[in-house]
Order: sequence, then structure tokens, then C-alpha cells
Amino acid sequence: MNIHEHQAKALLKTYGLPVAPGVAIFSAGEAEAAAKSLPGPLYVVKSQIHAGGRGKGKFKELSADAKGGVRLAKTVADVVANATEMLGHTLVTKQTGAAGKEVRRLYIEDGADIARELYCSLLVNRESGKVAFVVSTEGGMDIETVAHDTPERIITVDIDPAAGVTAANVSAIASALKLEGAAKADAATVFPALYKAFVETDMSLLEVNPLIVLKDGHLRLLDAKVSFDNNALFRHPELMTLRDLSEEDAKEIEASKFDLAYVALDGNIGCMVNGAGLAMATMDIIKLYGEEPANFLDVGGGASKEKVTAAFKIITADPQVKGILVNIFGGIMRCDVIAEGVIAAVREVGLKVPLVVRLEGTNVKEGKAILNNSGLDVIPADDLDDAAQKIVAAIKGKQ
Amino acid sequence: MSILVNKDTRVLVQGLTGKTGTFHTEQALAYYGTKMVGGTHPKKGGETWSSGVDGTELPIFASVAEGKAKTEANASVIYVPPAGAADAIIEAIEAEIPLIGCITEGVPVLDMVKVKARLMGSKSRLIGPNCPGVLTPEECKIGIMPGSIFSKGSVGIVSRSGTLTYEAVFQTTNAGLGQTTAVGIGGDPVKGTEFIDILELFLADDATKSIIMIGEIGGSAEEDAAQFLIDEAKRGRKKPMAGFIAGLTAPKGRTMGHAGAVISGGKGGAEDKIAAMEAAGIKMSRSPARIGVTLAEVLNG
Repeated sequence: MNIHEHQAKALLKTYGLPVAPGVAIFSAGEAEAAAKSLPGPLYVVKSQIHAGGRGKGKFKELSADAKGGVRLAKTVADVVANATEMLGHTLVTKQTGAAGKEVRRLYIEDGADIARELYCSLLVNRESGKVAFVVSTEGGMDIETVAHDTPERIITVDIDPAAGVTAANVSAIASALKLEGAAKADAATVFPALYKAFVETDMSLLEVNPLIVLKDGHLRLLDAKVSFDNNALFRHPELMTLRDLSEEDAKEIEASKFDLAYVALDGNIGCMVNGAGLAMATMDIIKLYGEEPANFLDVGGGASKEKVTAAFKIITADPQVKGILVNIFGGIMRCDVIAEGVIAAVREVGLKVPLVVRLEGTNVKEGKAILNNSGLDVIPADDLDDAAQKIVAAIKGKQ
Repeated sequence: MSILVNKDTRVLVQGLTGKTGTFHTEQALAYYGTKMVGGTHPKKGGETWSSGVDGTELPIFASVAEGKAKTEANASVIYVPPAGAADAIIEAIEAEIPLIGCITEGVPVLDMVKVKARLMGSKSRLIGPNCPGVLTPEECKIGIMPGSIFSKGSVGIVSRSGTLTYEAVFQTTNAGLGQTTAVGIGGDPVKGTEFIDILELFLADDATKSIIMIGEIGGSAEEDAAQFLIDEAKRGRKKPMAGFIAGLTAPKGRTMGHAGAVISGGKGGAEDKIAAMEAAGIKMSRSPARIGVTLAEVLNG
């Protein structure tokens, strides 16, 4: 689960981390009061969307030379003018895709006098199986570009879960970031606090880009991006209030209600598969035969008839879908349960596009018989290869 | 021969009394009489579990240590829910169970960071979590793989994905090759056993004449495994291999079901993994439907 920058900063502030004063607003009418509550004389007006690259992003509705999604303002009136221009408009960044994201909230923050911009993130390092700091002196830019062009400028420091962040760890990070004076002194509290926040709230990513050294020598978190481990949310009910449903795909929200792993994609063949690897492989084989998948959908290991029906409805509700491929290799999942779920869904929502079903594994005979006797127009397939060829051919036949 | 499990493996079930544990224990007993020796439950020690299929009875112990002492179990399988899975693994590590299979899906990653630290220097090997388990045909089934698709043979199978393991098993059965052992290592970013550990075992197992390795996007375990294979080949240890990587069409930055299946930080893409595995001499199938055929082609020259 991702949260907004202003939420992440509010959370990190409770861990004693240095963030600037700021106010989140949801309408332009709140901008003046928000700005007046800050010390000034410099303000930053930041679009709050769940995507990076906001500063270089462009608003769809505004002229091409309009400013991006993060703007500096030197007066309260300037804050209000920018807020009015930004709110309600669609910001397109490197990470949003061409459709962009509507800016529904802004964060008005006190400006900073920046001396240096650094990069700092925490994540789970899968090679070591430990939480790690990833730091670089090259802050404020796309870290993937840094990783590609100058990998030697990225330093990873693994943290032993039993010991936590040690003085030696802090020293290694501070030296990698070339911190001196007040910033070096700040490091002794900032890095352990970041780690504490990460571990206590079960984050999967905490990215501060940039982490800045102010002109007065101190450290400050200028930006903060936080994702939580969905598998651990059960022990953090308080974090669920931070979820912003307007940032999520409507189909993905519906899928999450039924505990289905669903990701919306741009193609036109809807997929329903059991198992994440097989679901990805099904997308791949569709592409291999020249079409594009409309989604990733893993119904999981122990899906019920109701879950399968819900999955089928989510797929058919997508107007892009011109054909559906159901691919099930039943282990725990029984093929007859899948067949019944598919039939129940088709009876309820109708079937306007070709449907190819490939069943294999547990109770495959029963499953196939249920489909054959249903009287529905289902195209059966023998294996994954056959299934992919048949759905691609069926779509081409319709076009 | 085989790896990890065989007809002498004695399996304790952590989470036997739940619905999932019961169902899969019944399935395991039905699969060539896998030696299921008991279950554990902190509050139900002393009670007896009975199979709804044939009435087989198994003792329930209050702890893994007690269960191991009384049954001489040398493996455990974990079906407890995500919130308690890490504690269950740690209990099995402390009881010095040699092989632990954790099937549970959705274990918090920071719990696994703690487990990983406990595994270091321990006497246990953990398979999973979020995995289908281990199966040696006609001998022992730990976990949730469907026994009906297996046949005894010469292919070792290792995979990060559950259902793709089944594809590889089924396809090698259809190709007449059969399997020595199939191991699902699981799709989570932090797990007990990596490709390299299993490849080492397959290389050392005389009955395993060829190997299938199935990876997916995310992380660099496939690249590490490819380097391991290159290094071993230099020492003269090499077996014919076929492989597949899932996720060629997955978009960057989106997690594809498995918590570990995400391309991030410019790493973990499918093309890099395919290239690395090809460089290690693995014949890669572009189609998930042709993994078995691809291996057969390698074997037939």
C-alpha cells in the first residue's frame, strides 16, 4: 500500500525525523490559510499523487510551457494562484503513464535553503535477507539513472536485525554521503529513526529523495515516499486510514475485496489464472502469439465459486477486453469449482466476447464435463499453447 | 535417489488441526503412504487427529520439540496462518528439525528477515514460505503439489512459482522423462532456500540426469544461479538443463501477485535473466507450454 508524501512526512515526524512544516489542502480555498500558517518567505506547492517524477511532470489541461507538479512560490498570493491552477488537473509524469493522475490534494510546505541533495532509501535486500540502507551522494535525480550510469556512487549498508542500526552503520552511511559538521551529528539520530519507522510500521520501501543538507548544515527530509508491506497490514489497522482509494484502479479495488491479485494492463485479452507465475506466463504466451493481455489476475490457491465469479465479473467489466482466457492448473484448486464459477458468472453477466478455457489437474474430467454440458459457448483447450492460439485466433476472427 | 525427501522422511505437521492442514495431510497420506507422523498445536497436545478419508489417526503434540522427540520426525510442514508462520518456523529451527517446508502465503517480509537471521548457523533447511513444497515421486509428498501429475524419472525440477512447477512436472511426465524430485522454493523476496542450494543438490544426485529451472521477474537469484552453474561447469560438474522465466510482459514497478515478482531499481527484468541463464548453457523456452519439449530436445541433441 502506498501513501502520499504529506502522510509519510507526518508519520516520520512522529519518529522525530526532520521535516519542514507543511499543510495538506484539498481545495484552492484552503490555500491562503495554509500558506499564512507557514513561516515563509519561500513556499513549495507539491502535487500529491502516488507517482514519482512530479517536478518534471506536465499538466494535461494546461499549456505545454506551464510549470510542473512541484512549484516554488514567493508570496501567499503566488501559492493561491498555483494551487488554483494545479488542483483538479491531470498530472502526467514518467511514472503515471500517458493517462496521468488527477491532482486532488496539494501539500503546501515551507521552502528550504538547500546546500546539498542526497539520496537515501530503506528496503529489504533480498540477496542478504536484511533491511538495508541504499544511499548516494547523487540525490534529487532519478536513482535508476544513477544506478545505470554510475553504480559505484550507490552504497548499500545491510542492517543486522538483532543489533539494529549500530554506530558503525551510521558511520558507514555518513561517510558514504560525505556528511560533515551538524549533518554528521544529525546522522546519529536520523538513520536509526528511519530504520525504527521502517521496521515498526512494516514498510516495504522508504525513499527519501532528496535527503538534503540545509545551508545551516542540518539534515532534512525534503521528500518521502513510503510503501507498506500488504502482508503485514493486518497488524497495523491504524495505517489503513491512510489508504487513498482514488489513487487506485477501480477494478483493482474490487479485486482486493475478494482477495484476488489483479493488475490492470493495456491489452485486450482478459486472463484468469491460478498462481502468480502461471498468470505471468499466460500473459507472456498471449504476447508470444501477437496479442496483449488486459490484466494479470491470480485467483489464488483455494478459490471458491464466489471468488471465481467475482474475478470473471471484474474481467468482463473492462470495456477493453475482446476475449477471455481462463487457464487453471488445479493443485489445491479443483477444476470443477472453476467451471461452476465461470458458468455462474456467465449466466449472471452474459458473455459478449470469445471465452477459451484450459483446465488441467485436480478434477479435470469433472470440470470439463460441467463446461461441455452447460450449453454455453465455451471454447475448450487442451494445453496452454492450444489455449493461447485459440483465444488469439478468436479475437482476430472478430476484428 | 532423490533430493531432500524420500520414503524414509518422517513428517510432522505444524497447523495440522486446521482445514488446510487436514486436507493436505490426507492427500499426503494417500500419496504412496508418505510418512506423516503427527501434528502440533499449542493447546491441543495429547489429542488425536483423524483423517476424514480413511480414519488414519495421528498424535497431536503441544510443541515441535516434543513431537520430534516422540516420533523421530526429520521434517516438518507448516500450514499455520501468516501471522503465526514465522514463529512456527522459528519453533521448528529451535527443535533442530532438518527440513522445514513453509507453505503459508502472505508472511510479512520483515518476519522473514528475522527467520533468515535465525536460520544462519542452524541445523535446519527451510523451503519457502509461499511455496508448494517438495515431492519425490512414489515416495514422499510435503506440501500441496498434485501427486497425480508426477511420474518417477530422471528430471530434477526447481521453481519459484507453484503452478509453473506443475506445468514442468506435467510436461516432463508427458515427455516420458519423469522426475527425481520437484522443489518449489517460493515466490517471496526473503526465503529459506535459493536456486543455488537446490541446484547443488541436483548436481550431486546421481539419479538426476537433467534439470529444469523456472524463474520469474524480480531480484537476481536467477543471475546468481547462472553464475554458480558456470563456475561448477568449470569444475566439470554439469547436467543438461532447460529453463523458463515468467514475466516478460510484466510492466515495471507493479507487483505481480508474488511479493517478490516486481521489476524495480532497473533490476529483475526477464530479458536479463534469460540471457544469464542462456550464458550458463541452459536451453530457455520462450513458451511456458514447451518447457518439457525443450528439455527433451536438449537430451536428444
